[in-house]
Amino acid sequence: MFYGTDLNTRLMLGTAQYPSPEVLRAAISASGAEVITVSLRREGPGGTGFRDILQDSGCRILPNTAGCHTVREAVTTAHMARELFGTPWIKLEVIGHADTLQPDPFALVEAARILCAEGFDVFPYTTEDLIVGEKLIEAGCRVLMPWGAPIGSGQGLRNIGGLRAMRAHFPQVPLVIDAGIGAPSQAMLAMELGFDAVLLNTAVAKALDPVTMARAFAQAITAGRLAREAGLMPARDMAQASTPVFGMAELLA
Amino acid sequence: MRIDLNGASYETAAPTLADLIVETGVEAAAVATALNGRFVPCAARASTPLTQGAKVELLAPMQGG
Repeated sequence: MFYGTDLNTRLMLGTAQYPSPEVLRAAISASGAEVITVSLRREGPGGTGFRDILQDSGCRILPNTAGCHTVREAVTTAHMARELFGTPWIKLEVIGHADTLQPDPFALVEAARILCAEGFDVFPYTTEDLIVGEKLIEAGCRVLMPWGAPIGSGQGLRNIGGLRAMRAHFPQVPLVIDAGIGAPSQAMLAMELGFDAVLLNTAVAKALDPVTMARAFAQAITAGRLAREAGLMPARDMAQASTPVFGMAELLA
Repeated sequence: MRIDLNGASYETAAPTLADLIVETGVEAAAVATALNGRFVPCAARASTPLTQGAKVELLAPMQGG
């Protein structure tokens, strides 16, 4: 599914903004996630505890390049992450604007080209733009991660039509909804639309009870995936009785 | 010499990046290093000299989304 790695769980969980390390640890466990995202920041106190949580989780680590605004920053961060975490996986973020946190698609494609050529397995945080997606595939990406909505906004899938078109346009490419998910129902919708996985952080970390919310997301994503596999009925404009008319009694006096 | 270490001014006599890490007491395997915006692999730290005004980043795993 993702660079030769099959996952049983289609929820990828971010590790930031939890009320405490203990809650983070419990939320990872409750989510059933097999992939968790991490960042690289300046060495400071408390680092050992976090490393223990990563180790104990048993999860595959997906380091990000969060906060990078240029190709060079992102590429350097990826190099550092590869050494520190011992993984070629990199969630490539090249942010175009500090307020919207919208990806810069031009720098993203350039950084992806460099990193793919160097043997990285790149997970690009992108938009639902089909041409950008094609350029990322050309650059060597084997996964695309379109946003649902701006990072941390909790708005859900803001452009359902565009995401549907992206799913149809890249039938063979694993697609992950990354960012903007606020509620389990939104994650479930992403799975019903045929996306392969959902990556989220704030919706769990900022819930009143993050551990229970992690479980709720896990169940929603499982249900959405099952619904996709089962095949949803087509919507109709008009009503259609589900109970047969045949055999109905004549009761009008 | 005075260098910039993780965004703060820092006075050091460490001749190389490896020596600097020893001096700061940071666990060498727990950080990734960059000098003047370029990644320096762990194996190259001992052969990477520091100069006045060098910008050094010592980065560690942190929470991220």
